[in-house]
Amino acid sequence: MQEPILEVIHLKKVFNRTEAVKDVSFSVPTGTCFGLLGPNGAGKTTSMEVIEDIIQPTAGQILYRGRPRIESFREEIGIQFQHTSLLNFLTVKETLQSFYRLFHNPENLDELINRCDLSPIIDRQNNKLSGGQQQRLMLALALINRPNLVFLDEPSTGLDPQSRHNLWSIVEGIKKEGKTIIMTTHSMEEAEFLCDQIAIMDGGTIIAEGSPKSLITTYCKGSTILLPGYAFGMDPQELPFSWRLQDDMIEIDTDNIQAGLTRMLDLDIDLSEMHVRSGNLEDVFLRLTGKQLRD
Amino acid sequence: MSLQRIWAMFVARNYEFFRDKAAFGWNFAFPFLVIIGFGIMFGKDNLKQFKIGVFPADNPAIAFTEGTVPQVLQTNKQLRFIAFANRADGEEKLRHYKIDLLLDRSSASHAYWISDSSPNGYLAEQIFLASFLPKDHPVAKKGVVQGEQIRYIDWFFPGVMSMNMMFSALWGIGFVVVRYRKNGTLKRLKATPLTAFEYLSAQMLSRIFLLMFTLCIVWFGSNLIFHFRVHGSYLLIFFLFFLGGLNLCGIGLVLAARGVSEEFASGVLNFISWPMMFLSEVWFSMEGAPQWVRTSSEIFPLTHLIQAVRKVMNDGASLAAVQGDIGFLVITTIIFLLIAAAIFSWNE
Repeated sequence: MQEPILEVIHLKKVFNRTEAVKDVSFSVPTGTCFGLLGPNGAGKTTSMEVIEDIIQPTAGQILYRGRPRIESFREEIGIQFQHTSLLNFLTVKETLQSFYRLFHNPENLDELINRCDLSPIIDRQNNKLSGGQQQRLMLALALINRPNLVFLDEPSTGLDPQSRHNLWSIVEGIKKEGKTIIMTTHSMEEAEFLCDQIAIMDGGTIIAEGSPKSLITTYCKGSTILLPGYAFGMDPQELPFSWRLQDDMIEIDTDNIQAGLTRMLDLDIDLSEMHVRSGNLEDVFLRLTGKQLRD
Repeated sequence: MSLQRIWAMFVARNYEFFRDKAAFGWNFAFPFLVIIGFGIMFGKDNLKQFKIGVFPADNPAIAFTEGTVPQVLQTNKQLRFIAFANRADGEEKLRHYKIDLLLDRSSASHAYWISDSSPNGYLAEQIFLASFLPKDHPVAKKGVVQGEQIRYIDWFFPGVMSMNMMFSALWGIGFVVVRYRKNGTLKRLKATPLTAFEYLSAQMLSRIFLLMFTLCIVWFGSNLIFHFRVHGSYLLIFFLFFLGGLNLCGIGLVLAARGVSEEFASGVLNFISWPMMFLSEVWFSMEGAPQWVRTSSEIFPLTHLIQAVRKVMNDGASLAAVQGDIGFLVITTIIFLLIAAAIFSWNE
């Protein structure tokens, strides 16, 4: 096991009388991608901003390389915020140059421009960029100081599928360089694809933590049988399995797919439009919290 | 402190200002238009005119007959005559302050009416009555001020430029930084090694550069038309404007240090700028105002800036003669900057 680059110990953040983060502890090994998952209001962004030293914690400790963060912490981290803005009348190139001058050991700008595919928009003003282009620029700014630790707060929100996959390949490239990434996301696909470790948050606390595979193995053993609700042919309340209705599909969880299907055939259920899938992170989250990730 | 980081923010802010064509243009157009407008309105040949309603008359070209009104009244440049068909029409306008005095030209006794609550009516009456005094036997002795007279435009110009500096500094820093805080720009900058002191210094330097640039352009442009008479040192005037600009930027930084609502920031900026504008002798002298008002106006940096520049420009005052104003501006600038640096917040 690698040394943790970051340790969060009993973190708590209270805004007025609202406890946004109650008691969060985790550690992130160097060179891994750590994902914070949870529905809106779970406390992910607040936790991230406290760790990034953007806002102060009410209680708790954050250690970077085993020590409290000092002034040089900002030279060693890169942040892509969920909600942020840039100076309107500057071009992409001027924005990069401005941020370049803020750091002691900045990245080569040409390499950064190529890496984040900014060449086609390099002379465009920030206020004329599309959502995807803005995200690429924000990612470039997060990487401009050759950070050891990169924070990505919902980096693919609002991106089309192609832009999202481009972003993933950039993030994979960052991982290959041995840098550590901490990200929040709503996308299960993204978390499964990019993250080595995941912490699921709800109500300001971490309710489960582990690798995507271990979480699925622990909380979603077996498979899920999906049947269209309109063709079910019987009252699902009479089913001898645990089930749920999801987007007009009846989802039945079973540890033994063979026995489950045999039982359904015995009940004379029409299986002609049946699908079977193994458990995923969404199932893990549903089982743990009873909520959709986007709730 | 890193000069490179201050320079980066200075350049970025200047790019933003110079490319925002509307804001850029207005910064020059506003003082220029005010100076031109007031220069024309209060120029040598445009004394304040009082409106005298005259009846009965059917058309605007009123014919005065000998004895109806004295000749001197007819040729008085401060009076403008407006015709009315009858007394009722004239009285209606008088009641609504549309005219200052109403005269019955058919009356042998020069019957006239004024509104008791109209200050202009009282003055028009005095001019009207004075015109009946015998020309050959003056009741008072006239004297003329010795030396070169200060033209209104030369008195007015430092006030307008200082006022423009005030608005530009307060809104260009106070309002803009609040907007940056609200939309997350400041949060993005906080995630870099940039310190609050460096950021605030860059904002102030950028704004003072723009203020002085605007001053030079507007001064040069206005001077082509009005040929300002400057009796003191140009260098000293430039220094005073620079110091005053720094001071006003300091106020802008204090206001920008915490706010998160643009509407609230705008209200506070108006609350501060309007009293400063009216009590700092931008438009008119405070001579004759109640003592407490004059004393209160001394707390405004704008008062000291305008006073000092006028002393140098209009009276040829030296550095020593304006050291009190300079001292006030230096001390308050330091206070404003310390307060701003102490309470500045990057986040909402």
